[in-house]
Amino acid sequence: MKKTLFDKVWDSHVVHKIENGPDVLFIDRHMVHEVTSPVAFLGLKSRGIPVMYPGRTFATADHNTPTINQHLPVKDPLSANQLKALEENSKAHGISYWGLGHEKNGIVHVVGPEYGITQPGATIVCGDSHTSTHGAFGAIAFGIGTSEVEMVLATQCIMQQKAKSMRINVNGKLSKGVTPKDVALYVISKLTTSGATGYFVEYAGDVFRNMTMEGRMTVCNLSIEMGARGGMIAPDEKTFEYIKGREFTPVGADWDKAMEYWKTLKTDEGASFDKEITFDAADIEPMITYGTNPGMGIGISNGIPQAESVEGGVATYKKSLQYMAFNEGDNMIGKPIDFVFLGSCTNGRIEDFRAFASIVKGRKKADNVTAWLVPGSHKVESAIKEEGILDILQEAGFELREPGCSACLAMNDDKVPAGKYAVSTSNRNFEGRQGPGSRTLLASPLVAAAAAVTGKVTDPRELMQEELV
Amino acid sequence: MAYDKFNILKTTAVPLPIENVDTDQIIPARFLKATERKGFGDNLFRDWRYNPDNSPKEDFVLNNPTFSGKILVGGKNFGSGSSREHAAWAVYDYGFRCVVSSFFADIFKNNCLNIGVLPVQVSAPFLEKIFEAIYADPKTELVVNLPEQTITLTTTGESESFDINDYKKDNMLNGFDDIDYLLNIKENIREFAEDTPL
Repeated sequence: MKKTLFDKVWDSHVVHKIENGPDVLFIDRHMVHEVTSPVAFLGLKSRGIPVMYPGRTFATADHNTPTINQHLPVKDPLSANQLKALEENSKAHGISYWGLGHEKNGIVHVVGPEYGITQPGATIVCGDSHTSTHGAFGAIAFGIGTSEVEMVLATQCIMQQKAKSMRINVNGKLSKGVTPKDVALYVISKLTTSGATGYFVEYAGDVFRNMTMEGRMTVCNLSIEMGARGGMIAPDEKTFEYIKGREFTPVGADWDKAMEYWKTLKTDEGASFDKEITFDAADIEPMITYGTNPGMGIGISNGIPQAESVEGGVATYKKSLQYMAFNEGDNMIGKPIDFVFLGSCTNGRIEDFRAFASIVKGRKKADNVTAWLVPGSHKVESAIKEEGILDILQEAGFELREPGCSACLAMNDDKVPAGKYAVSTSNRNFEGRQGPGSRTLLASPLVAAAAAVTGKVTDPRELMQEELV
Repeated sequence: MAYDKFNILKTTAVPLPIENVDTDQIIPARFLKATERKGFGDNLFRDWRYNPDNSPKEDFVLNNPTFSGKILVGGKNFGSGSSREHAAWAVYDYGFRCVVSSFFADIFKNNCLNIGVLPVQVSAPFLEKIFEAIYADPKTELVVNLPEQTITLTTTGESESFDINDYKKDNMLNGFDDIDYLLNIKENIREFAEDTPL
């Protein structure tokens, strides 16, 4: 029986199958953060049961943490209370805890790979939908609800039906200024925000093969935005090179043994998928969203589609444009913007800061723009400083903040005010996502940088130097 | 945590004919700061329901006394976005026991099933009929029969069957949860874990 990569990893983790019901799936590694875990720990308490395998759970604080003055006590009492609960729960159950101020602190989906917690062939869950990020390493990784967080803490298992399989191929060569974020936004715009619901996606084709690990993480991260449970990419030499030598990566004979297994993690020739879609890299240009879900994206040089030309209800579409205060047919280029957010588990890694810096170098931040540049972790923050990127950013009038989820979901003070436009490298442009009444335009770090120095939506290709092609 | 048993629910319903209702609308992130599972119903659809000064938005359906009931009927792709179970908690805490739509986002659907809110997926034409019937007469009752796996419009008698796997159905009928099941097979899990290095 020919198997897909997804089949191989899923099937090897099934503890027990229930007829006409879910599989009991063993979870190798579990990450928790302050927002979706407290009620799960309360559940354990009320049942009077311990964490079954504390060594398999890793805690970090990220969702509601401030991105300035992290050395001071957290001002918001509710956030402070959640952070305290995470610390106390972690300590009480013997779970490793990378809280605010810890050198390894950062966004859960950034630090997991950085420290080698994320590995090929593993099952990884977290009470956060962007857990799909870890699929970039050939892991099955997906977001779960708090009831499931409690299941994993209590039994290291969850109960889910196996998803259908989908392969998305993108072949060819990406054009100038087209980044992994654009590839993902393009695919989502074609499939819509629910086009992959019920599926687990494998990304294949030379575009993903040629992508860096950071780029693959961006793509897998956004799988959930087309409804997919998760997305994954078969591990290759690039993957092994990335994880080698990290804190939680096996060493010596264990590494050799792991490598033997990891090299088998690819879809068998001739294995079938429930759905397969192929795109041509040449059709993709830098993308930007204009509406209130990530599927409402277009090539930056295009106009906003007419209601009749899009799939789905006209009333919902018009409501969305009304919220954004945009009109059908409007050009995106030239639209004035107020905020720029570089960061999040989607685009808060070192490569994203390199890309942003490549555009702003030698230019100045536009006066009308408030920019929040938020590294995904302390490790990313250090790299920004060591590589001299901070100097470039400061020279151009930007400041660097401290790590966290920040304005991606605006649980802390980093909120875009009502009615204001933000070009954001994060993952969701839902109504009010970045603050009540905020209007979000999702885009790549290059597009965000172009907007930051011009104060409006600008095609980054016009600002790119030839050597960056 | 064991939850309410679900058998047959006969009630009026609240219509929300909007597509792609995401979890940030169901419960905005700024209301996720609790460490206990209570009070989320107050902030269900917060920004659609209230103005920035906390006065109710008259035109939003939850502020319209004409519509009430224990079933929320939403447009296609209901519950997309974040994995926050708080969205399902808010729906439950407000008083809904069932959500009807022509399509659900995966994680939201799972979260509902895990806390005893029944997601009922119907065909797009039947969803339209439900909306039409409720708008024609807000006192229209729906009957959701879990043992039979049917949903019926009492006004016309029109009915459709819906899917749910036997395991989850049994859980919903009895108010069982997954952890009880998992704790029962803990020895199998332990054996499996021994063969699965960290």
